[in-house]
Amino acid sequence: MADVPTDPDQPLRRPASCTEVFKVFNRLAMQGFGGVLPVAQRELVERERWLSREDFVEMLAVSQVLPGPNIVNLSMMIGDKFLGARGALAALGGMLLAPLVIVLVLAALYAEFAHHPLVGGALRGMGAVAAGLVIATAVKLSRSLRHNPLGVPLCVGLGAATFVLVAILRVPLVGVIFTLGPLAVFMAWWKLRS
Amino acid sequence: MTQCPLTGAELMDLFAHFLVLSLLSVGGAIATAPDMHRYVVTDRHWITDEQFTASVALAQAAPGPNVLFVAVIGYNVAGLAGAAVTMIGIMLPCSALAMWVTRWGRQHRETRSVRAFTTGMTPLTLGLLVSTGWVLADPAHHSWRALLLLVFAVLASLKTQLSPMWLVGVGAVVGAFGWA
Repeated sequence: MADVPTDPDQPLRRPASCTEVFKVFNRLAMQGFGGVLPVAQRELVERERWLSREDFVEMLAVSQVLPGPNIVNLSMMIGDKFLGARGALAALGGMLLAPLVIVLVLAALYAEFAHHPLVGGALRGMGAVAAGLVIATAVKLSRSLRHNPLGVPLCVGLGAATFVLVAILRVPLVGVIFTLGPLAVFMAWWKLRS
Repeated sequence: MTQCPLTGAELMDLFAHFLVLSLLSVGGAIATAPDMHRYVVTDRHWITDEQFTASVALAQAAPGPNVLFVAVIGYNVAGLAGAAVTMIGIMLPCSALAMWVTRWGRQHRETRSVRAFTTGMTPLTLGLLVSTGWVLADPAHHSWRALLLLVFAVLASLKTQLSPMWLVGVGAVVGAFGWA
C-alpha cells in the first residue's frame, strides 16, 4: 500500500467519477474497524485531499445534527457535493455494500465462536484502540478551531461543556444539541455581524 | 437461519418501527439503541438481551460503519429478510433528509445564518467526538492495561502515519493474549 499521506497544506483535488467515489469510500469503510470516522478523516483530508480540515469538520457538524449515522450522512454529502445524486449513491454503496456482506457472514458464524476467550479478548482490545482513535481524530480536527470566528477560548468552553453533559452526566444527546446548539449558533451569529 | 420466523405483518411492523427510529437517530443509530432494545427484546421477545449486546459489539469490531449493528439485529430477529427490513428502514428517511438539508445549506452557504450555524456547531461537534471516544472506552475504565492501550492508540495516531486499521490490529492481538 502506498501509505504516505500527503501534506495537509497541498492544494485540494476532486474525484473524477462515481467509480472513484465508490472505490475511495469502499476502501475507507473496509479499513474502519471499530468506527470509520478516524479513517475517513485520514483518507479524505490527508490522503485524497478532497476536503480541507475546515470543510471536513463543517460537514461533520451538519451530519451530527441531522438524524442518521454521521459517517453515512457525511459520505453522502461529500458524494453529492462533487457529483450530485449519483455521487451520493456511489458513496453510500461504497460505504455499506461490502461491509454489510461481511458483517452478516460474521453474524452467521458468531454463535459458534462467541464463548471463545480469544474472541472476547480481541474484541476488548479492539474496542480500546477504537476509542483512542476517535479521541485522536478530535484532537486533529481541533486545529480547525484556530480559524473559528468564535475564538479559541469560547470554542474550548463549548466543547468542554458538551463533553461534560454528554459523556460525564449522560444527558440525552437531543437535549444537549437543542440547548447548547442554539446558544453556540447565536453567539456565532453575533460575532459574524459586520 | 433458513426460514423467516416472523409473519408478513410482523415484518412490516419491524420496518415501520425502524423508519421512525431513523428520524430520531440524532447522534447516530446507536443513540436509538435503548429504544430498539425495548422493542425487539423487552416488548416482542424476538431476541435475547445477550444477542442484542453481541450484535452491537460484533458490528463495531467488523469493518464498516457502526450502523451495521442494525442489520445484525435484523438478521438475528428474522434472517436476511429481517436484515433487509431493518437496514432499509433505518437508512431511508434520514438519508433523504440529509440530502435535502445539505443541498439547501450549500445554496445558502455564504449567508450569515448558515455560517453562524456551522461555526457555532463546530465546537460541539468536537466535544461530541471526544464524548464518543469516552463512551466507547467504557469497558476500559476498569482496566489500566486497556487504558494504556487507548493512550497508545491516541499517541500513535497523532505521531505516526500508520493506518488506523493496523492500530486496531495491534489492539486485537494484545486483547487476544489477554493483556487488555
